[in-house]
Amino acid sequence: MLRLMQTIRRFEERASADYLAGKIYGVVHCYIGEEAVAVGVCGALNRDDQIISTHRGHGHCIAKGADLNRMMAELYGRETGYCKGKGGSMHSADFGVGMLGANGIVAGGISIVTGAGLAAQMEGKKRVAVSFFGDGASNAGPFHESLNIAASWKLPMIYVCENNLYAAQTSAQATHAMKDVAGRAAGYGIPGVIVDGNDIFAVHEATVKAVERARAGDGPTLIECKTYRWRAHTERPGQPDYRPKEEIEAWKKSDPIQRLVNHLKGQQGQFSDDEWKKMDEEVLAAIERSVAFSEASAFPKPQAALEDIFAD
Amino acid sequence: MAQKTYAQGGLEAVAEEMRKDKTIFYMSTDAIPSLLEEFGDERVRATPIAESAMTGMAIGAAGSGFRPIVDWRQVTFSFVAMDQIVNQASKIHYMFGGQVKFPILFRAGVGGGTRLAAQHSQSPYSMFMNLSGLKIILPSTARDAKGLLKSAIRDNNPVISFESNRLMGFKDEVPDDDDFTIPIGKADVKRAGTDVTIVALAWLVHEALAAADILAKDGISAEVVDPRTLVPMDHETIRRSVQKTGHCVIADEAGPTCGASAEIAALVTEDRATFSALKAPVKRVCALAVPIPYSPVLEDHVFPNRERIAAGVREVLKA
Ligand SMILES: Cc1ncc(C[n+]2csc(CCOP(=O)(O)OP(=O)(O)O)c2C)c(N)n1
Ligand SMILES: [Mg+2]
Repeated sequence: MLRLMQTIRRFEERASADYLAGKIYGVVHCYIGEEAVAVGVCGALNRDDQIISTHRGHGHCIAKGADLNRMMAELYGRETGYCKGKGGSMHSADFGVGMLGANGIVAGGISIVTGAGLAAQMEGKKRVAVSFFGDGASNAGPFHESLNIAASWKLPMIYVCENNLYAAQTSAQATHAMKDVAGRAAGYGIPGVIVDGNDIFAVHEATVKAVERARAGDGPTLIECKTYRWRAHTERPGQPDYRPKEEIEAWKKSDPIQRLVNHLKGQQGQFSDDEWKKMDEEVLAAIERSVAFSEASAFPKPQAALEDIFAD
Repeated sequence: MAQKTYAQGGLEAVAEEMRKDKTIFYMSTDAIPSLLEEFGDERVRATPIAESAMTGMAIGAAGSGFRPIVDWRQVTFSFVAMDQIVNQASKIHYMFGGQVKFPILFRAGVGGGTRLAAQHSQSPYSMFMNLSGLKIILPSTARDAKGLLKSAIRDNNPVISFESNRLMGFKDEVPDDDDFTIPIGKADVKRAGTDVTIVALAWLVHEALAAADILAKDGISAEVVDPRTLVPMDHETIRRSVQKTGHCVIADEAGPTCGASAEIAALVTEDRATFSALKAPVKRVCALAVPIPYSPVLEDHVFPNRERIAAGVREVLKA
């Protein structure tokens, strides 16, 4: 779990740096500060369980087990990327590990993954499906429509709200009539759970429970993870960030990775500084390899733009 | 007169009109800072991410005496509000026999070149042109943006302003005059010429002007016509130009299929006088008919540019 969280953080740091260096194009939304959510949730899933992501999708992709090389190559716009260079950051995806895609449309994924939940139910294979989405997305129609359907049909769904208190520049306070997104679960007659989203154990535990409920055929759960993004909404230079400095600093003190490290160190002798340092170096080496892989990969041929419009 | 960016031109139009008319208010996810500062959060509203409700509410507020502006930001997000646009806004005045007016301005960024992949690089104005009941503007300069947006805000109908993402930082002279407007439905000849008419839209107006420079070196005189408004389209100016030059190339950042370019080709060829003046078939230079890909190599292959426009011109002149 720690390794995965650190992998996400180092991947994001590299993606940001390479974006600013002009090697990654378009836009990058970093997941730094929220790693415990993706890793805590995905740690409670099987490989064939499915998830869907948001515009801030690298973390979910890594947590579900995607290959760093192909992820980075996609950001680099290379033909070896998961989407053959057609998607970029906002469309990170590995359907092979049940990661049904990042998405440029806020709330766009919520109903799609609910359809994956329906498929799981119809197949009767006890798979579950997980929707990751932000506080901003919880104000959009697909959230409400999907929760109602999933609750009515007892679909094996877990809805994970990453409440990082902001939707781009707008604070959740200004757009939510009720402070807690989890409170909305009552309107659909399903459990609504609030967890400390920077506490990997709390996230994991809540997900394990929700997965049990879903596999047992008792229907969906809404889990609200209170968390925070450390960086601006996107990595675009010069972009405004109106969040109070003190608020950002306070949340950085609740670093989900440091909290897990402290916990592991607290259990005497289980985890030393050296081991942590070594793990970080291995993580960095893996990121470095993904960059080397990307740089060694070719750009797609221009004519490839005409491929994949339709399936055969 | 001062040099302003395309984005500033649009913003200035909104601010000037809001100062004059207290019934105008602005809705978008994330408020625009300068507007918020000047007009306060009653009139400049940061909405939840709920474009469908926001669009519907604009219709209701418009029918109740206000003049709302809804900024979808990117046309991408307008698709979330498609029922309110297609089934409601575009038909409501007609269906109810014109009982009340629905003055609404919708703003939406369009176009690619930003490496943002398929969802965030669209130019789907022809989908909206197809509706009957929505006026549509598509400015190509800061001056046009300001003048057209002011007219759009004063118009008593729903108007969509499609604004080119590529042009946001583009600068030109913008009149300071508070009463400067550009009428909706009037095309603009951006460069006069005699051998070929290039009808170009938004960003491609600038590429067409660059193509005209390239062609001039070979003694080819191109006229560049910018429709500026897609609904209602200025048939007369376009036809008059083609009647003069006898050749027509249409350049659009959108794909060709049922596009604005197809509409323009039709209005040129359906008219007997214009058709008779044509010395060669009409040529369209558009994006390839694919979703817009992310990787620069792919994206640049998909979009038209000055070289492709110049090649299109040479092709019709050879015929
Ligand atoms: C339907 C739609 N409207 C607007 C946007 C522009 N947009 C992109 S991300 C974002 C904020 C999303 O906030 P939230 O759901 O809380 O996710 P976070 O970025 O905080 O992870 C907005 C408004 C969009 N992508 N889709
Ligand atoms: Mg958020």
